[in-house]
Amino acid sequence: MSGTIDEKTMENVLILAKLELSGQERAQAAAEMEKMLGYVEKMNELDTSGVEPMVQPWEIENVFREDEVTNGDMREELLAGAPAREDGQYVVPRTVE
Amino acid sequence: MKQYETIIGLEVHVELATKTKIFCGCSTRFGAAPNTQTCPVCAGFPGALPVLNRKVLEFALAAGLALNCQVNRYSRFDRKNYFYPDNPQNYQISQLYLPICHDGEVEIETAAGRKVIHIHEIHMEEDAGKLIHDEWGDCSLVDFNRSGVPLIEIVSEPDMRSADEVVAYLEALRDTLQYLKVSDCKLQEGSMRADVNLSVREAGSETFGVRTEMKNLNSFKAIVHAVEGERERQIELLEEGKKVTQETRRWDENKESSHPMRSKEDAKDYRYFPDPDLPPVTVSEELLAEIRSRQPMLRGEWERWMREVWGLTEYEASVLTSSVYMAELFGETAKLSGNGRRTASWLMGETMRRMREEEVEPRDLKFSPEHLAALIRAEDEGRLTPHSAKKVFAAMFQEDVDPEQYMEEQGLAVVRDEKVLEEAVDRVLARCAKSVEEYMGGKEKVFSFLVGQVMRETRGQADAESVRRTLLDKLKK
Amino acid sequence: MKIWEMTAVSIGERIRQGEFTSEEAVRSFLDRTEGEEERIHAFVHLDGEAAIRRAREADRGIREGRYAGPLAGVPVALKDNICTRGIPTTCCSKILADFVPPYSATVAELLERAGAVILGKTNMDEFAMGSTTETSCFGPTKNPWDVSRAPGGSSGGSCAAVAAGEAPAALGSDTGGSIRQPASWCGVTGIKPTYGRVSRYGLIAYGSSLDQIGPIGRDVSDCAALLEILAVHDPRDATSAAGKNGFPGGPIGGGKPEEALRGAAGLRVGIPEAYIGEGTDLAVRRGILQAGEALLQAGALVETFSLGLEDYVIPAYYTIASAEASSNLARFDGVKYGRRAEKAPEDGLHEMYKKSRTEGFGPEVRRRILLGTFALSSGYYDAYYLKALKVRTLVQKAFDRAFEKYDVLLAPAAPTTASRLGESLSDPLKMYLGDIDTVAANLAGIPGLSMPWCLDEAGLPVGIQIMGNRFREDLVFRAAFACEALRGSWAEVWKREGGECS
Repeated sequence: MSGTIDEKTMENVLILAKLELSGQERAQAAAEMEKMLGYVEKMNELDTSGVEPMVQPWEIENVFREDEVTNGDMREELLAGAPAREDGQYVVPRTVE
Repeated sequence: MKQYETIIGLEVHVELATKTKIFCGCSTRFGAAPNTQTCPVCAGFPGALPVLNRKVLEFALAAGLALNCQVNRYSRFDRKNYFYPDNPQNYQISQLYLPICHDGEVEIETAAGRKVIHIHEIHMEEDAGKLIHDEWGDCSLVDFNRSGVPLIEIVSEPDMRSADEVVAYLEALRDTLQYLKVSDCKLQEGSMRADVNLSVREAGSETFGVRTEMKNLNSFKAIVHAVEGERERQIELLEEGKKVTQETRRWDENKESSHPMRSKEDAKDYRYFPDPDLPPVTVSEELLAEIRSRQPMLRGEWERWMREVWGLTEYEASVLTSSVYMAELFGETAKLSGNGRRTASWLMGETMRRMREEEVEPRDLKFSPEHLAALIRAEDEGRLTPHSAKKVFAAMFQEDVDPEQYMEEQGLAVVRDEKVLEEAVDRVLARCAKSVEEYMGGKEKVFSFLVGQVMRETRGQADAESVRRTLLDKLKK
Repeated sequence: MKIWEMTAVSIGERIRQGEFTSEEAVRSFLDRTEGEEERIHAFVHLDGEAAIRRAREADRGIREGRYAGPLAGVPVALKDNICTRGIPTTCCSKILADFVPPYSATVAELLERAGAVILGKTNMDEFAMGSTTETSCFGPTKNPWDVSRAPGGSSGGSCAAVAAGEAPAALGSDTGGSIRQPASWCGVTGIKPTYGRVSRYGLIAYGSSLDQIGPIGRDVSDCAALLEILAVHDPRDATSAAGKNGFPGGPIGGGKPEEALRGAAGLRVGIPEAYIGEGTDLAVRRGILQAGEALLQAGALVETFSLGLEDYVIPAYYTIASAEASSNLARFDGVKYGRRAEKAPEDGLHEMYKKSRTEGFGPEVRRRILLGTFALSSGYYDAYYLKALKVRTLVQKAFDRAFEKYDVLLAPAAPTTASRLGESLSDPLKMYLGDIDTVAANLAGIPGLSMPWCLDEAGLPVGIQIMGNRFREDLVFRAAFACEALRGSWAEVWKREGGECS
């Protein structure tokens, strides 16, 4: 599957990851990705048909918390490090809908 | 013009009525000051981890069972990745691969008859925060109070064909979820939100057309308008030989029109993958049995019970079951007082009138079924005149007074003391000598005036029949 | 003996016995850092005044009987991806350069509750992505054994601090070897516990299904004592293990070498042969074989065997870790905390995201975010991410089979000794391949302990790794205490310089 990182794929991945690379950086990043994927594709040598994917490394299930309020107001502590704030809220560039 | 068929599927988001958020111990109370109900987990801080609220699973299962779904015995949470400021982690924890419930159905009834709408799946997920757009500046403000409020999303199959069916389906969902008390399902407040997927096709065609998704529908009226508007828009496009674009559109109820929502920067690829922070959920037979045993009566069962046990009319039953809280209030009061008829008339009359006037919701009614039943008993026993009963009720409505105690304090019990009544009649006859003269002169109509005067004299606490009798006796003398 | 030369457990003992105070201990290490930091650069945040204040608090607690544990009053350094309320926590990334967490990680709370004193925060590869501590935005840490060499990574600051006597013990995190490999390069002992053994709450995530916090110390006892404090069920981490099964209740043999040695008797030890095969430095290979031989002499059953799937662990690991990282690091967007690119607001939201993230993340982090984003993207999910999860299952099964035959596995923690600074940055893939000895344990979720065994001919430490089955840290420690007894005091080995391994 090597050769998959064409200009369009790279552009799409950058948009999804919210990263920005200039022409040369982009070409280098694509080449590095290509190389890494080439190596990663070694996995295809293994027959994994019928093998269950493993999301977590050991059997654990049904971990819950009870529906009880345990948190108070910690707005000031949370907002203390916000790059921009106003009226107890986080400020972002205007979103268009 | 060709005949077109409208194909509609709904994605309904319902906020669950838990005390706390889905993955942290922050309160879900509505209306708090911005960001005062947030913590590292629901504000997306580094290192914070989610832990599932048990109640969310129980509510989702209750909803699934009531909507006749199959339950996935092994279910997982997945991350839906997309950047937006109301989404603090820039991924939403949801369920894609193994949702908690699937393959359910709901029966609806419209003018066109009865019909089954199939449910594709129900999944659990977290709500996003709220964005407020600064009217003057070039910025938006983010409030994460709603971030992490638990939702279930109920995805229907594309089984609906008209706005009527859409409304009937939503009402059926709302009734069920409200009776389960898993949500208050208020479209206006956003605790129930419907996205409409709609496509049109030529009548008789087997294949589906290209569909659009309509968002921002916060009333039944808006939904009806949006369905009709979008149907017309798509038909127009097709008639002009154009194509419908698959897109998400935002409905503007003021303009009664929609516009595409997506900006070009949003490549739509959510890269769902299993959330490694959350272990799978397995649903045992025991848990299912427990949830089943706790399922309350739903609206239809309540209506039947009211009609069959208490002899209410279909109309009365339907009015009294418009809210689960009203239905329960009826049920309790009727059982305690033994008088379903009088219970119904109190609830449908005075109660609802005052609720309308004072804008009180059924779940916020102050008086208890015990007190309403006591009031009804006092009436049944003839210890309260209708006039006094209303006075007692007014006080109960305001602050849930004990009717017996209140009657005593206010001296509202029916005047049974003959002597007191006779004295009152004597006073009226003395005061209204002219009227007595007229009555004696044959003007019988004056009699009811005199009765009214005695009632006033006794502040409405006298029994009308006794007043009449005493008055007649005295006049004869 | 100066305080900074002592192990954590002996410092704790002496504080309890009133020989010196926590404050004196902290001052001793602060003095040491004053001389060493310029050379090593193990710390990225070290506020001496604050550390002394915390030590005084610990002293008060010890006097009042609130802290009675073995590490009460002992200073501990924390890797800079562990959130500490009121103390900067940056992951050594520009994007979090000013971040002061509003809450503490569970492990930080547990340490405080045990009366330990947080000394400062240590350097690391940015977001733990790297194997040399060179991707830190604060510049690299130097290996105390040879400052022209890397300490390993990503917990390079924590390991170097312990090796240089700047802290008696530290916490690190291990996603693909980030405790074990730098421990090996720096000549200290560190353990990556079973996944779920230690709470991840407050650990800034890299690969959530692989990350695990673990202790780093001068010797095995220090690691055991620290892990004893940390291995507690945490209701705030849904992947935290419930019980303490398979956990040693402190140093085996009461710290007496001859007692510890008895643990070797009957211990079934497997050496996966590929781990000492091609690509492994001769000195490393000899070290492992020697350790195996020594265990055999002490009564263990030792043999080499074929574990299998070695060629696939790095592909699977990088796919899974990068995929999880691409999602975990999405929250760094310049909205809630950390760095927002200048001038961004006028350009609109998406420009702000892109600028903040591109400026805020270093090249290695960007590389992994891109790889992970691709691996999860539509059309490639099955071929890369899902495939890797299936390979992961196979890897775990291979370990399950191995642990039917062996109590522990003996292997290197890195194929080489410490590399020269700057060597690995030029070729990312080459750096990734250096993780060959460690990533499998993360994929399988098993514990792995790394401890120094001998020195190579350049006088650099050679480490050995002891892996055990899930929740069998008891066996890992049993083997490690035995190996420590067989090796002798590390200071002795140190003095022999370029000893028998070369």
